[in-house]
Amino acid sequence: MSHATSTHPVLDPLFAPPFPQAALPMLRNPQLRKNVGHAIDVIQAKRAKLVVEKTDWQQLRSTGSAIRAHALENLGAYLEEFETRCTAAGGTVHWAADAAEARQIILDLLRKENAGEVIKIKTMTSAEIQLNPFLQAAGVNVFETDLAEIILQLGEEEPSHIVVPALHINRSQVREIFARSMGLKDLSDDPHALTAAARTYLRQKFLTIPTAISGANFLIAETGGVAVVESEGNGRMCLTLPRTMITLAGIEKVVPRFQDLEVMLQVLARSATGERMNPYTSLWTGVTPGDGPQRFHVVLLDNGRSSILTRPKQRQTLKCIRCAACMNACPVYRQTGGHAYGSVYPGPIGAILTPQLMQMHHAQSLPFASSLCGACYEVCPVKINIPEVLLELRAQVVNQERSQFARFVDPMYLGLRIANLLFAKAWSFHAAQFMGRIGLRFFTRKDGWIHSLPSIGAKWTQTRDLRGLPSQTFHGWWAARGPKSSKEAK
Amino acid sequence: MRASLFITCYNDTLFPETGRAVVSLLEKLGVELDFHPKQTCCGQMHANTGFRGEAFSQAKRLVRLYQDAETVVVPSSSCVAMIRDQYPGLMDELGSDALRKDFAALLPRVYELSEFLIDRLGVEDVGAWFPHRVTYHASCHGVRALHLGDRPYRLLAKVRGLELATLPNVDRCCGFGGTFSVKNAEVSSAMLAVKLQDVVSTGAEYCTALDNSCLMHLGGAMHRQYAGMKTIHMAQILASTEASPAEANL
Repeated sequence: MSHATSTHPVLDPLFAPPFPQAALPMLRNPQLRKNVGHAIDVIQAKRAKLVVEKTDWQQLRSTGSAIRAHALENLGAYLEEFETRCTAAGGTVHWAADAAEARQIILDLLRKENAGEVIKIKTMTSAEIQLNPFLQAAGVNVFETDLAEIILQLGEEEPSHIVVPALHINRSQVREIFARSMGLKDLSDDPHALTAAARTYLRQKFLTIPTAISGANFLIAETGGVAVVESEGNGRMCLTLPRTMITLAGIEKVVPRFQDLEVMLQVLARSATGERMNPYTSLWTGVTPGDGPQRFHVVLLDNGRSSILTRPKQRQTLKCIRCAACMNACPVYRQTGGHAYGSVYPGPIGAILTPQLMQMHHAQSLPFASSLCGACYEVCPVKINIPEVLLELRAQVVNQERSQFARFVDPMYLGLRIANLLFAKAWSFHAAQFMGRIGLRFFTRKDGWIHSLPSIGAKWTQTRDLRGLPSQTFHGWWAARGPKSSKEAK
Repeated sequence: MRASLFITCYNDTLFPETGRAVVSLLEKLGVELDFHPKQTCCGQMHANTGFRGEAFSQAKRLVRLYQDAETVVVPSSSCVAMIRDQYPGLMDELGSDALRKDFAALLPRVYELSEFLIDRLGVEDVGAWFPHRVTYHASCHGVRALHLGDRPYRLLAKVRGLELATLPNVDRCCGFGGTFSVKNAEVSSAMLAVKLQDVVSTGAEYCTALDNSCLMHLGGAMHRQYAGMKTIHMAQILASTEASPAEANL
């Protein structure tokens, strides 16, 4: 595979360790957890303020959800409409069934342009298909232009968030990365100095590299247009200076009408960065003579999406507009950060999207990487019921386990199967309570608490005590007491 | 008024004092309580771990057991959330028409304890006395699934002697999540540590909730860390009187 030539690890669900293990490095780094928690708090506080000021927020969410659901229900028709309009406006639309095909299409387009270098607007979809290492290996130098992406690229780091990908990197680390890679020994960690360094670095790329790659926030079927929102103006530069623009977009990114952006842009900016409107919103349709790139290509990427579309309960996953509100709200992400998810899509949305993109053959630990607290669903601007999808995926993983030999040695699997039998009858449940009380007595200390248990019980007692089982169950007490007022009733 | 108590499997086994408190509280308020001796579990643990078929068999059992009950009271917000949010899907997928019909008829008669007190009985002041500083942990299912809102606070506000301490980040998960607490034990523990910091920062003597599963998690950490605080289900606070003060967890 192409990325094998890369020297740094890639967030690849094919090779990522299971979530509980992958979470350990960050869990062992309290300072990093604190930094990430603080950064998230800042975004969350901004979002909360702006959501409250919108008195019709819940209606906006419902409408946003309806627009996205409608687009997905009629995806084929809207994609074709997009293709027709975009082509009529001078663009070229390419269809890629999977990551490899998308990479090859993009490389071929770059070769046709004789492009040895390319500048990029931040696009998580390109990270999904591992485009950068592929292009680098093929001899094309890729330059990210989003500040966070520059930090990651120069620091050989991986994204840990979809909106603020360098969330896990602090100011002094940025200084170090810039100083090292830009040869600026005396660079201070003052934010102004750091942005000035990035600007100088970028200016030269913008002015000399005539080919650019972008993602898309929305594809507009009605007009064949593309929308990209960003905060730094680097996207605007990439969309005006180069001669050729290649846009990579997941097929789910389409909305039916131009007017739909009214709703989508409102919920996106407020949910993503806690802004009423994002600083730069670029909309373009095909090619305009004398204005902006004169060659424009859109690569529509499936890569597992159409198979998600066929499953009614899971289809809502594709409504996602990549605002990251779910990961900001997630108490799990808060502790683990993004890398634990082993994918460029972390947090609750990643926990449902990644295993589905992998057709449930990989990343099976991700649907379990949630306490099902529901905070993600509460903030989702397009009302994706993430807990519901998590449960659906968990059931699929368990159904895979049912036919595997591992079920005979997994104490959790066996325990739950046995528990189900015990719960089927009151007598067996009561017998289990009785046996449990006797069994746990060996582990119960004089203070009445259990401090240490074997097997999966140790997973509990590694950080928590457990009160020893009381000598009388509630139903035992009730049986001894009898219903109080039933005599009068009878 | 008649009501049937669904105590839930873990309250029955681990927290019988909560059940006793519910009985004394509701009988004091004139409710004629009964208890179905054949009850076991609502199926939440299985449903949340991906064992849908197993969860359905328990759901079916519960519906059959309570289909004739006038009202069902459950002192556990997550079990009520299971019944409200997950049973419909399980019934649609695996249930017969007859079962679906019986479930649809039963569903509006299932109440979480604070809902039962406020919405069904119309009481806020239950005549309780609990002279302690208490903080309230609004469990995820209570906040986001059942939308309990200010019901728990209205009940606590009327408890004589009780001083309510505001819990920072009140709607943030404690990290329990059922089997999540062992499947992702390290992550769960990290979430718990953060939660416990908030809980301890209130300076309260007790942390209360409407769900003993969160309290078992928090209480287990309090005991491990000698936090000098205890957990207590809200039913025990509401059942507490001067004549018969609360039975707290050990």
